[in-house]
Amino acid sequence: MSYKDLPIEAFKESLLQVDRIEADKIFESCYLVDNDLKRVENLTMMTLEEIGLGWENGEYSLSQIYMSGVICQEIMEKYIQKFDVVIKNDYKIGIAVLEDHHALGKRIVYSILRSKGYDVIDLGQGLSIDTIVNETINHKLDFLIISTLMLSSALHVKTVVKKLRQKKANVKIIAGGAPFRLDAKLWQKVNVDADGENATDVPRIIEKLANGGV
Amino acid sequence: MNSMERVLATLNHKEPDRVPIFHLLSTYGAKELGIPIKEYFSKASHVVEAQLRMRKKYSNDCIYTFFHAPLENQAFGGEVLFKEDGPPNTGEPIIQSIDEIMSLEVPRINESIPLQRVLKATNLLKKSVGNEVPIIGVVMSPYALPVMQMGFEKYLELLYFRPKAFNQLMEINKDFCIQWANAQLKAGATAICYFNPLASPTIIERKKYLETGHKISKEIISQIKGPTATHLASGITLPVIDDIVATGSLVLGFSAKDDILTLKDKARKNICLLGNLNGIDMVNWDRKKARTEVTKLIKKAAPGGGFILSDNHGEMPIQVSEEILLEISETVKSVGKYPIKVE
Repeated sequence: MSYKDLPIEAFKESLLQVDRIEADKIFESCYLVDNDLKRVENLTMMTLEEIGLGWENGEYSLSQIYMSGVICQEIMEKYIQKFDVVIKNDYKIGIAVLEDHHALGKRIVYSILRSKGYDVIDLGQGLSIDTIVNETINHKLDFLIISTLMLSSALHVKTVVKKLRQKKANVKIIAGGAPFRLDAKLWQKVNVDADGENATDVPRIIEKLANGGV
Repeated sequence: MNSMERVLATLNHKEPDRVPIFHLLSTYGAKELGIPIKEYFSKASHVVEAQLRMRKKYSNDCIYTFFHAPLENQAFGGEVLFKEDGPPNTGEPIIQSIDEIMSLEVPRINESIPLQRVLKATNLLKKSVGNEVPIIGVVMSPYALPVMQMGFEKYLELLYFRPKAFNQLMEINKDFCIQWANAQLKAGATAICYFNPLASPTIIERKKYLETGHKISKEIISQIKGPTATHLASGITLPVIDDIVATGSLVLGFSAKDDILTLKDKARKNICLLGNLNGIDMVNWDRKKARTEVTKLIKKAAPGGGFILSDNHGEMPIQVSEEILLEISETVKSVGKYPIKVE
């Protein structure tokens, strides 16, 4: 089986139907072909990207992205343990919700990153600007992902960036959430390194930034 | 025509003198009075004064008695977090575990100070404006309120995997929602805006919505003793417009991401459209951009009536300048005169 022959349609269908058992079965059969984690990583990422794209097009819902992310994370973590797979910890990645207590967006990105095998530090939600700045420095993060719900919180991301730059923190910052979806230029206005408008794109953005891209 | 006549003609899918303007201004009132947001919402008289001033200033065709989203959750015992530069938000969820739903009680409206404040403001505004302008009250759909009551993640678990507890919570929320809507109508509200972002396939897939939230909305709307507008708070509406019509709602708040011409075609004579300026993007607009956007919208959505110009979320961000609101109103008053000139 080449990566082109991955059972993406069947896996996607099981995720959209919130069918954990079927998703697990497909995942396992895919993994057991040659015990290649790359293969299942591709399966989950390509499927989640299709679902993410479907959300952009109005075909799928936010709840379906969330459920799909959670199922993929659960399966991936099970296999990481079961087959003693090494977690990717090349970069220190942290994720936080600035000011707001709604954590769904953060959870979706967290699940997607975990599904891809990244180690992610969940900094929490309802956090103040200073808490996020301090946590970023304390953990020596390479990547900080900030999720927001309200426009006022999204605008406060600019202060987070400013304070981190003042403290010479060598961290790449990605911001996302509803306000960033409704204003395509907002990420530039608040001076972050990338727009995390679509959760399923975040792993790709991280790799791009890590390789010097914007 | 006065505002009420203009809006009634629109609801009857007739062309009034011009397109009605609904600037949905809630937190914006604090800016109008030049006081902190927390202080603004602490007295009904502040809201009354600001609504009357803003109606005149922006030629607004409605009075909007919506205080803020966490209000109903507050009546259930939730915390409201005030900010200096944005609408209040909910604090930690009041329902920490799904088992707690079984002991949740319907709040008593006459014992809730924040709810009583809204009713007082509604009553005073009604005394002031009479039947000249519609007063729009607000309720959260019982189907959407749990996002604040228990957090989105836990609510999705409830919705997908715990039907018994979901139904229990819906019974409590339905009871409260009907009472709260009717209390506002009794206090002088002309109509109720029923916020239901979870009806949008942006958030919940239509199949699940039809199995759950749609049935609830039909039940609720039939028991609200006045006209209702359903607002999906910037979620797309096109795939569910027929479902919203079936609930008995007269107005649909649509999204900046909806295809207006297709939506207009489907809505014709069935439901009046309210929207769909992008309030978030509006922060970046200059007067020229405001004029262009409003003109474009009017030419697509206004012909034949059945259209009220508004933002797409149900609340104007405080960061939008007064100059832009004034430009929007001026454009509506010139370009939005019926019959609409379409090139």
